[in-house]
Amino acid sequence: MKKDIILAGVGGQGILSIAAIIGQAALNQNLHIKQAEVHGMSQRGGDVQSNLRICSEPIHSDLISLGRADAIISLEPMEALRYIPYLSPEGWIVVNSVPYINIPNYPEIERLDAEFAKMPHVISFDVDAIAREHGGVRTVNMVLLGAASLILDIEDTKLEEAIGDIFGRKGDKVVEMNVNAFRAGREAGKKQMKG
Amino acid sequence: MTDKLLLLGDQAIALGAVHAGISGVYAYPGTPSTEITEYIQENPLARERGVRSDWCTNEKTAMEAALGMSYVGKRSLVCMKHVGMNVAADAFVNSAMTGVNGGVVVVAADDPSMHSSQNEQDSRFYGKFAFVPILEPSSQQEAYEMVRYGFELSENIGLPVLMRITTRMAHSRAVVTVTDPSDVNPVSFPKETSNWILLPVNARRRYKEVLAAQQKLEELSETTKYNSYKKSGKKGVIACGIGYNYVMENISSSDERTVLKISQYPLPVGIVRDMFDHCDEILVVEDGQPFVEDQLRGILDCTGKIKGRLSGDLPRVGELTPDNVGAALGTENGMRYDTCCTVVPRPPALCQGCGHRDVYEVLNLVLREYPDHKVFSDIGCYTLGALPPFRSIHTCVDMGASITMAKGAADGGLFPSVAVIGDSTFTHSGMTGLLDAVNSGANVTIIISDNLTTAMTGGQDSAGTGRIEAICLGVGVDPAHVRTVVPLPKNMEQIQQVIKEEIEYKGVSVIVPRRECIQTLKRKAKKQ
Repeated sequence: MKKDIILAGVGGQGILSIAAIIGQAALNQNLHIKQAEVHGMSQRGGDVQSNLRICSEPIHSDLISLGRADAIISLEPMEALRYIPYLSPEGWIVVNSVPYINIPNYPEIERLDAEFAKMPHVISFDVDAIAREHGGVRTVNMVLLGAASLILDIEDTKLEEAIGDIFGRKGDKVVEMNVNAFRAGREAGKKQMKG
Repeated sequence: MTDKLLLLGDQAIALGAVHAGISGVYAYPGTPSTEITEYIQENPLARERGVRSDWCTNEKTAMEAALGMSYVGKRSLVCMKHVGMNVAADAFVNSAMTGVNGGVVVVAADDPSMHSSQNEQDSRFYGKFAFVPILEPSSQQEAYEMVRYGFELSENIGLPVLMRITTRMAHSRAVVTVTDPSDVNPVSFPKETSNWILLPVNARRRYKEVLAAQQKLEELSETTKYNSYKKSGKKGVIACGIGYNYVMENISSSDERTVLKISQYPLPVGIVRDMFDHCDEILVVEDGQPFVEDQLRGILDCTGKIKGRLSGDLPRVGELTPDNVGAALGTENGMRYDTCCTVVPRPPALCQGCGHRDVYEVLNLVLREYPDHKVFSDIGCYTLGALPPFRSIHTCVDMGASITMAKGAADGGLFPSVAVIGDSTFTHSGMTGLLDAVNSGANVTIIISDNLTTAMTGGQDSAGTGRIEAICLGVGVDPAHVRTVVPLPKNMEQIQQVIKEEIEYKGVSVIVPRRECIQTLKRKAKKQ
């Protein structure tokens, strides 16, 4: 088993909580993990990404090679496209379709949509809308993770278990809210799967 | 006890240090080193043992405190980013001259590709310069283990040990298997303490001892398990630290290359010579600057056998990646997508609601009336004032340089000469420059934009919180020209007036706009 995943978003959106849960699920299954993150200056509203690698064999590089990522999971559409050169020709893009516009020259949405239309394997939907029905903006990451669980080759029950591990100390209610958001994301993703 | 934990490289180092029985960690925050100290501050065993872990004022005070702790026989860790080594250099280089009693490990976190830094300097040069061993782990597991090994090595040879990491080690997570913690050293003093007084008579003797120890250090580098030599085909690779991972990512286990992995310096000279005789070519894969490659080539090696960043086989600047190492190794790259031309850059920016924004807005308003003005700034979030929409500042060089550069420019005839510095940077290295400005009566206007934290690195304690004005008065600034304001949109007119008055005052004036960092404020609200 090998999964190389690029997590993308804008500083402050919280891509690292997705990484933490996939990482915990992988740890629970005794898989090897490497996950490189970006801290510091770029976190202030700039583009951020994390390279997450999971494998049943030992992993050498902390970074993913160009053209080798199995998936790009992005909280923001333009940020997903930023890492296209890293995506394997057979790889999946799982993306929140809601743009985060904090720059004056953000491209027109139609142009972004046209780019996604060219890609063979995409799950794209309004993640914010599903999150609002399941606990609000705080659960955006879990909704997106739920959709991504369709293509991760990790059982969804293992991911739910990891959600419990990570949020456990915040109490049962928080765990339940996040698991529900995860499930809603998985259902929404199924309807939007292209490829 | 064996336990598997998912840890950042920084956290692996931190836990390695706690398990090595440190009594203190001394550090100033700096990306990518900050999480080492933060982890120790939260670690239950470190708390139980009373490990000292308060943030220091700067890297020099950190290095000196660690040396003092070593003097009484205890183990101490020092952490900083690469440019912090410049600040700590006086203490660091001379700590090799005095030698150590309790072990001292200095962690320098380099930032090739300058993700969050102003240069790409390679801390291994400092290790060589100071004649101390350098450790460069290739994995998080090795980082955890090598910290304890580093403390033992430090005590065995009586020298501080430098551990050099780069961003991708510091900020990458992997599973680490941890072992039982060691006990903390008891207080003990060395029998002979004249080494600690670097009067010329002692220093001359001690310098000879340090030089004589180099042979021993080379021998240790040949036998350590952290350097490995797989002698095989005529093509060779020397892979340093995490460079080893990128090599292994690109070659199969049946590959015929001769590979020398380096995680401890000085270079194992005997092995390197053997490799040079055996191989037709050697590719040096090292993150950062061509430290090893340059030593091997010098200016006289014309064989063309040594390849790396200097030969152009690897890029001269920027961090290593599996791709540029693969290209240097001749690995074929498969199909991939081109860069998407619809994507535009998304540069970092000051947070919405940040007090620095209000400071720059009103400063721009005032300085519009002074077309010849220059604003000297410093290292922190407020450096983002260089970018649109503000474009307020004209310099950013090193910690504390704003005040002293403004003074020098004023001495040279600039008016108005304005400095913008943050509270943590001010106490790090700005206070001494303020004394210079006061002593010479420089005509400068200094804005200490106080957000009550060290914000850029994630909100660590700031050394002068609550005492910024007192420090300025203590240094000798006229009390009438130490002005405090609250940077909020509703106060713009008042602040505008204050800045204008202080620019017109012929002498040193300090304006302190104070409002808590919006990020730390949010975190506090979340906790409640």
